[in-house]
Amino acid sequence: MDANDLGAIWLTLKLASVVTILLLLFGTPIAWWLARTRSKLKGVFGAVVALPLVLPPTVLGFYLLLAMGPNGLVGKFTEWLGLGLLPFTFPGLVIASVFYSLPFMVQPLQNAFEAIGDRPLEVAATLRASPWDTFWSVVVPLAKPGFLSGAVLAFAHTVGEFGVVLMIGGNIPNKTRVVSVQIYDHVEALEYTQAHVLAACMLVFSFLVLLTLYTLNPNKVKGREQ
Amino acid sequence: MPYLRTILAVCATVLSFAAQAEKLTIAAAADLKFAMDDLANTYRKANPGDEVDVIYGSSGKFHTQIRQGAPYDMFFSADIGFPRELVASGLAASEVKPYAVGRIVLWSGSLDATKITLASLTDPKITRIAIANPKHAPYGKRAEEALKTAGLWEKVEPKLVYGENIAQTAQYVQTGNAQVGVIALSLAVNAELASKGGYWMIPDNLHQPLEQGFVIIKHAQGNAAAKRFADYMGTKPARTVMTKYGFVLPGEVTGK
Repeated sequence: MDANDLGAIWLTLKLASVVTILLLLFGTPIAWWLARTRSKLKGVFGAVVALPLVLPPTVLGFYLLLAMGPNGLVGKFTEWLGLGLLPFTFPGLVIASVFYSLPFMVQPLQNAFEAIGDRPLEVAATLRASPWDTFWSVVVPLAKPGFLSGAVLAFAHTVGEFGVVLMIGGNIPNKTRVVSVQIYDHVEALEYTQAHVLAACMLVFSFLVLLTLYTLNPNKVKGREQ
Repeated sequence: MPYLRTILAVCATVLSFAAQAEKLTIAAAADLKFAMDDLANTYRKANPGDEVDVIYGSSGKFHTQIRQGAPYDMFFSADIGFPRELVASGLAASEVKPYAVGRIVLWSGSLDATKITLASLTDPKITRIAIANPKHAPYGKRAEEALKTAGLWEKVEPKLVYGENIAQTAQYVQTGNAQVGVIALSLAVNAELASKGGYWMIPDNLHQPLEQGFVIIKHAQGNAAAKRFADYMGTKPARTVMTKYGFVLPGEVTGK
């Protein structure tokens, strides 16, 4: 493995970590709202969140490239903020990945929140716990398996991203050239040995992630699909 | 059983019909995007019986895919080295035929590229420059060579973004995400791209020639359409199309 491969691995882990943390921050309130709301819009928002599950990455990549470019709304906004344009940058990849992995965080969380039901929250309220206190002392411990599944799946899914990155990344070493793209480049250049090393790493990594998830959390992972 | 006889006769007719209409799948380097669309259309008009599909991508990718048995009938590479390797490995059904020499240009969608030179790429106002991936796209490799020969590589490298093939590189510039790109002349002369910004020819003494060649793949052995298309490439209408897209043809002297 050369410096480029190691750089790609480090970049991928960094990207997946940042995305997972952001998704915990933004995904939790979305999942909470989806789990508790009686609004008629629940279906609409639920569908929007789930879109990346079914959309080809090229659709997301195409829209993001246009939106974040100099003529797009997002691009105009980031330029106005003095941040420059997002395509071909690490923050750009982070934003794309947050969208792309959103359902992998929100759906396990939403299921975990729904499984808690009203009663523990009502009990907490009768004990005069504030909503904030209830969330941290009741919801988070009870929904721990959901947080674990969501974080692991979001992390792993971001590591496995390829199409979106290929479209908006620009393949820059140590900035946007993640492992999946690096493998693709090796294969295109007939460097099968290097491709094998990285591909095998990905395979082992993905297996270990899922193994951890299913061993630590066997019933809950199954339960969330009910 | 008079009916059975009729059915058999119909089947036989349909089958013989199907055998006559040949299907041709061409893997073409992305720099041919507009030129090959034109060529295929002209060819279809002259040979209405043949069905022609063209797939565009980076030459390196096609080379890899063909080695793994991709069912392409012909391979038009932006680097004649790839088809030569296929012939050497016994994967081709014909000799390599040079069909053009390509040129690289600086192209911009937002700036007046006719006034840009390689040296102006160091201008701090230009923050993103797109080239094709030098690792497997011939146009990217030549772009890298030209920048290195001009002594600009170190200064320009931090601004570079890499397209998967030369068409994606043009698309990075067209969407404005990169201000300038090093793309194929054959793409820059296309009406849609030429309507913006314009282009500047990169002197061809700065890089190895972009000698391009095609080959019939072993998969197409006995495919008469592949043979017909290969012959068609040498005809006047085909050469006119290629010249229109800025290609220098084999046997012609480089213009500028």
